[in-house]
Amino acid sequence: MNTFDSVKALVVETLGCEENDVTLETNLKDDLGADSLTAVEMIMVLEDEFDIMIPEEASRDIETVGDLVNLVQSLL
Amino acid sequence: MIYRGDPLTGLKILGTGSCVPNHSVTNQMLETVVDTSDDWISSRTGIRSRCIANGDTNLTMAKAAAERAIEAAGIKNSDIEVVLCATITNEYVTPSLSCLLQRELGLNEEVLAFDINAACSGFVYALNTAHSLLQKTSNKYALVVGSEVLSKIMDFTDRNTCVLFGDGSGAVVVKLSRRMPFLFNSGARGDNLVLNCPAIYESNNPFSQNTNEKKAGFLQMDGSEVFRFAVESIKKSIMALLEKAQVSPEEIDHYVLHQANSRIICTAAKRLGAPIERFFMNIEKRGNTSAASIPIALDEMRTSGRLKRGDKLVLSGFGGGLTYGSVYMAW
Repeated sequence: MNTFDSVKALVVETLGCEENDVTLETNLKDDLGADSLTAVEMIMVLEDEFDIMIPEEASRDIETVGDLVNLVQSLL
Repeated sequence: MIYRGDPLTGLKILGTGSCVPNHSVTNQMLETVVDTSDDWISSRTGIRSRCIANGDTNLTMAKAAAERAIEAAGIKNSDIEVVLCATITNEYVTPSLSCLLQRELGLNEEVLAFDINAACSGFVYALNTAHSLLQKTSNKYALVVGSEVLSKIMDFTDRNTCVLFGDGSGAVVVKLSRRMPFLFNSGARGDNLVLNCPAIYESNNPFSQNTNEKKAGFLQMDGSEVFRFAVESIKKSIMALLEKAQVSPEEIDHYVLHQANSRIICTAAKRLGAPIERFFMNIEKRGNTSAASIPIALDEMRTSGRLKRGDKLVLSGFGGGLTYGSVYMAW
């Protein structure tokens, strides 16, 4: 499974959305209704799943699923 | 820190009591005070209304909660040897709320009475302290109270905090037990940035340059960071506790978590792998009452018949300090 597929699965599980609604361009807030707390939960789930530490500054710039994928890849 | 209760020295809750102000403030009422909305508050926190003291004081509520707990326990006031109040909103720096309760309840002068400041973890810290102290006394009863008037330290122009908190008191009477388990786990991560409330001392000290600096004694916090701390520490603390107790998360009948935010509780439940139905929640009507939330929850659970003899309980608090702590016990 590539990073996008893994991130997609976690986004679907955490936000309770449909798999078909998740692309690299999907905006977490505007398209999936994520708020600030969901964003924190998403970061924690990614940290657990990929065994990485996501710095707080980096997590504040995330807008799309693609941003999540790039962030994870840069830390792997 | 892990404290392993000796098998012969568990703790039993004999009675519970609570008191919340009559004055309920809804999200709609807050909409007229700060730029917020019912939808914003309820979707992020699960809170729809909270009780705000309007004439009640920390002492009047704590006294009422304590009297109900003592009555439910069926003991005499003179049997109480230890009084511990967890609060960060006592009217005085001294005397403590615990000492004032000694007077108001007419307790023996020989009681050991002092307050505990561990913010939202205060009640579980106090319960553990009571458990330790009772082992040094002649094995009588301890009165453990969580009581707050948080509306005193709210900045009602800060929409990120003033919508979250409520006022109230909860109390329990406990006694050492031969049959009941008691295990405690706690932690502290000193931090004055994520969550703080400065103390206000008005001073006319002529020998220091700093003392006239006036600070507003309002609680401030970074909600996202607190959310993260809470979810991580609840999981860490409860997992360590259950491992010590050799009990699996599914065997716990009731998780009574500090009622800060329903989203924190739901996320923590998911990460613990425990069914959400086992997590009591009254946040919708109570808001976050800090140290009072767990004993208020216990009293509401008892009086609504949710607690059965032998039920396994996990109590877990987290908050300012930063602090966290969890207790494993049975009803």
